[in-house]
Amino acid sequence: MNTKINFAGIEMKNPVTVSSGTFGYGREYSQYIDLNKLGAIITKGTSLKPKSGNKSPRVCETASGMLNSIGLQNPGVEYFAQNDLPFLRKFDTAIIVNACGSTIDEYVELCKILNTLDIDGVELNLSCPNVKSGCMAFGSSYEGVKEVTQKVRKVLDKPLIVKLTPNVTDIASIAKAVEDAGADGVSLINTLLGMKIDIEKRRPILANNTGGLSGPAVKPVAVRMVYQVSQAVKIPILGMGGIINGEDAIEFILAGAKAISIGTGNFISPDVSIKTIDEIENYMKKYNVEDINDLVGKVEMN
Amino acid sequence: MQLMAELVKKENLKPDIYKFSVKAEEIVKIAKPGQFLNIRVNNEVEPLLRRPISIYNLDKENGILEFIFQVKGRGTKILAQRTIGEKIDILGPLGYGSFKFNEYKNVAIIGGGIGVFPLYELAKQAKENGKNVNTYLGFRNKDLVTLEDKFEEVSDNLIITTDDGSYKEKGFAIDWLKKDKNIDCIFACGPLPMLRAVREYAIENDIPCQISLEERMACGLGVCLGCAIKTAKSPKEAPEYWHVCKVGPVFEAKDVEI
Repeated sequence: MNTKINFAGIEMKNPVTVSSGTFGYGREYSQYIDLNKLGAIITKGTSLKPKSGNKSPRVCETASGMLNSIGLQNPGVEYFAQNDLPFLRKFDTAIIVNACGSTIDEYVELCKILNTLDIDGVELNLSCPNVKSGCMAFGSSYEGVKEVTQKVRKVLDKPLIVKLTPNVTDIASIAKAVEDAGADGVSLINTLLGMKIDIEKRRPILANNTGGLSGPAVKPVAVRMVYQVSQAVKIPILGMGGIINGEDAIEFILAGAKAISIGTGNFISPDVSIKTIDEIENYMKKYNVEDINDLVGKVEMN
Repeated sequence: MQLMAELVKKENLKPDIYKFSVKAEEIVKIAKPGQFLNIRVNNEVEPLLRRPISIYNLDKENGILEFIFQVKGRGTKILAQRTIGEKIDILGPLGYGSFKFNEYKNVAIIGGGIGVFPLYELAKQAKENGKNVNTYLGFRNKDLVTLEDKFEEVSDNLIITTDDGSYKEKGFAIDWLKKDKNIDCIFACGPLPMLRAVREYAIENDIPCQISLEERMACGLGVCLGCAIKTAKSPKEAPEYWHVCKVGPVFEAKDVEI
């Protein structure tokens, strides 16, 4: 039975990775699970300079999901390179850095640095809904996505994955922009912009008013978008959005995702990613699937 | 660590306040006063997130971990319905910032409402270590006074106040704390207005003060970065945030802005 995949030029021992912002830089969860078992680790969104993030409350629970508005708090790429990357490199798993910025120049400068680091790939974050400039502002138009991706492509030799926002009218056309600009893969979905109101105080619960919705609540939207994107582009898809077990993961793979990632599920239980790997293997045994690659996009539409 | 801990005893202390005792020797062995647990209330995805709940008592002899919680929303309501013999999914002990009393002789403990629960283990350990423990607990009214007898056992002096004077002293616990002129360190947990007043008093009088804070969180492990607290020394335009689950939940009062 083969679970190995090559995702956009990145060798992974299985298709399971963990989503940016739900796994830090691996340290905390390394006390609970064996990081060597993961196909890849996608780091917390990392910027050129440190970012302090938004005011509290930054998170709140919603029906089968949660809203967050962290605001990309991170120590910056320099700190990451000196302190977190050496730690992550101790494990036998691919390391993908989620890169975020507020201007095109920042993305480019950051990716120049990332190009010199011992990492396996970059996930370009054009989809965070919680910062005033950059990110989703670029990610919501064909032109914006194409321009950033092209400019980053010029300075980055490593595999380039672009993470898409679902907060658009036509995600397939945005994915096409990513492909046209020369990226090696796409990942989707980032969170859906949402809001929750405290009816006692008559104010939104999040200090930033709105935040990104994640968790099982968003899964059907994500599966639909993965399918649509798979019909529009040839580059591989990293699918995510509400995956908390092997069955969810298989759904994404059938819809067209070559790899999948666990996000909010990590908060429910630190071992969700490892259990998901086991459950994917159980499914493969049950249905005599010799190679996980054979399942990708195998949904038959009605 | 993550444990499936058997619920061995369940007590209804007040109509909406429950004390759970679970078998969790591994957690009890290493937990410190002030640390907390992140508890999954059921095995479903609804409600999705764990509930952060403070540790009330560590029974080291029997490996029993106790926590007390108030039924406030759907999560705690489901938790309250769990029955003896069931296993509860617990992450803990969490938080690096715990109450540290070793270097002090005269400790003043001040708590308000449901904020008194995490102070019990602290008072107990401080007393066991020969400290002079003066405890000030405030409640809104007589009906809400909890654990008076338990705190009595572990305090050299216990003052109970009620806002409306329906039981013991009338007024706020801090009014009595301020009369105590023999304090080496203040330990506080309770509603924000109380913590703010305690913090201000401690800073003005140059008394070391440790406060336990809460903020909405998801993972409890320092990953999601949800539970941010602004540091006192960082300017408004360039705020620096620490996290309740990681640097806290107990902070030096002067270090954080609340």
